[in-house]
Amino acid sequence: MTTPPVLSLRGATLAFGDRQLWHNLNLEVRPGEFLAVLGPNGTGKTSLLKTILGQQKLTSGTIEFLGEPVTRGSRRIGYIPQQKLLEQGTPLRARDLVAFGVNGHRWGLPISSRAERRQVDEVLASVGASEYANMPVATLSGGEQQRVRVGQSIAGGPSLLLCDEPLISLDLHHQRQVSELIDAKRKALNTAVVFVTHDVNPILGMVDRVLYLAGGRFRIGTPDEVLRSEVLSYMYDTPVEVIRSRGRIVVLGSPEGYGVHDHLEHHVEGAER
Amino acid sequence: MNSDLWNQIFGFANYGELLVLVKNSIIAGALLGVVGGLIGPFVMTRDLAFAVHGISELSFAGASAALLFGANVIVGSIGGSMLAALLIGVLGARARERNSIIAVLMPFGLGLGILLLALYTGRSANKFGLLTGQIVSVDNPQLLVLVVISVVVIAGLVVVWRPLSFASVDADVARAKGLPVTAISIAFMILLGLATAVSIQIVGALLVLSLLVTPAAAAMRVTASPLLTPLLSVAFAVTSVVGGILLALGGGLPISPYVTTISFIIYIVCRVIGARRGAGGISGRVVPASPEAIAR
Repeated sequence: MTTPPVLSLRGATLAFGDRQLWHNLNLEVRPGEFLAVLGPNGTGKTSLLKTILGQQKLTSGTIEFLGEPVTRGSRRIGYIPQQKLLEQGTPLRARDLVAFGVNGHRWGLPISSRAERRQVDEVLASVGASEYANMPVATLSGGEQQRVRVGQSIAGGPSLLLCDEPLISLDLHHQRQVSELIDAKRKALNTAVVFVTHDVNPILGMVDRVLYLAGGRFRIGTPDEVLRSEVLSYMYDTPVEVIRSRGRIVVLGSPEGYGVHDHLEHHVEGAER
Repeated sequence: MNSDLWNQIFGFANYGELLVLVKNSIIAGALLGVVGGLIGPFVMTRDLAFAVHGISELSFAGASAALLFGANVIVGSIGGSMLAALLIGVLGARARERNSIIAVLMPFGLGLGILLLALYTGRSANKFGLLTGQIVSVDNPQLLVLVVISVVVIAGLVVVWRPLSFASVDADVARAKGLPVTAISIAFMILLGLATAVSIQIVGALLVLSLLVTPAAAAMRVTASPLLTPLLSVAFAVTSVVGGILLALGGGLPISPYVTTISFIIYIVCRVIGARRGAGGISGRVVPASPEAIAR
């Protein structure tokens, strides 16, 4: 007997006007599965997340979360957005951001019960953020902020974790740390992960399946099945070469240079403190 | 000459008798301090300082219309600010759109208000008071209206506090969690409109920011705690308004320069304290960050 899928799309099509992003997409994501959504910009990666969050309607087809049609957001979904630095002076400490993940939906004053405070402390410890728990989030470095965000996203024990380029603007060291943290959490909580990224390399060792979107086409499979020269050449409709070198994947000749690690500027930890 | 000027700014003759006369104003002022202090941190985190200014100008137009047509000034004021708050809230979801909408509304409101006041032939102190504030003794029915509206705003804030904080600092995640972010935002604009309308009655349309923004901005310089920020902000706002009324009492000048000066001084002091303490705020790291600790 198989476990019911966390997320299922059937015959899902999304088009804006006559521009079709994806057509007849069938996809089931199982509990604990790590799905990477790859492809160049403008192919509907972020739109897929918006569809899952009920903010974007499908042109046709159905999408279900935990066996029900998607609603506008859900408490059973954890969400890690792109790292964006909060405004200096924002009255919010790391622990408050995590607390939102625990009880941010409840009305009333932001007074947490003792049990909730303990839960927040545990989450902070589990993502290695205890030491800066009481610091204003805005004063934390990019890597620290993303750790706290991972904590926030898993604090409610979600069934599905949506990650929208969470590693962008982090240096290689912190990319690895944050992605390993996400991987460890999904294993511990059996949470399905849908991870949108333009660079698969930091998460290559964790990914169960890849959804590759390009040129109005898509391909689903394991990284070995999808990230091959023939497959991508067909999708891009132009000769593309996939090179594997020392555990990394580099795609040569794709129109948008997918897979070439394109942020070499190193975000120096602590420099902005 | 010099001492004349001094006495005009700070006069304390017959202070005790004057104090009795403005008892209502002091109560109203303290209440407005609480309202302004509580709503201020949200104005700051939602980047709505400019919106407050825009709302207050339309509120001024509404109050001027009420004055001209002999209606209740507070009601006119609320009408104007509700209209502005909803327009800004509905049309200006994104910061850039919002700023242009406010920039369009604000001079229109101010111009309309000036026109209406020019047509008004009553007491001129009434006119000036709408713009720069007044300590005209608040009468009992007026005080009742102010109290009721203030209580509505405070109660409204208490109800939406947590989701409002969440949506204010982290709208994308709040929306993903299923929070009605848009509805919360509209609800907040209504509360802000009400708060602006009542603040105008004391500090005037031009200087509402000193009550709704400056105290919160000062508090946020010295703390990042979501609990301490509103408490300090309230303390600063109440000090500014009540202190302003008490100082303005003897001089016969408008109340607003006193209020704005006190709140400005508090802000400067907080800035200095914040700068001396460094970016870490009141609570810092438990352990000084070392490369090993980060790598862990």
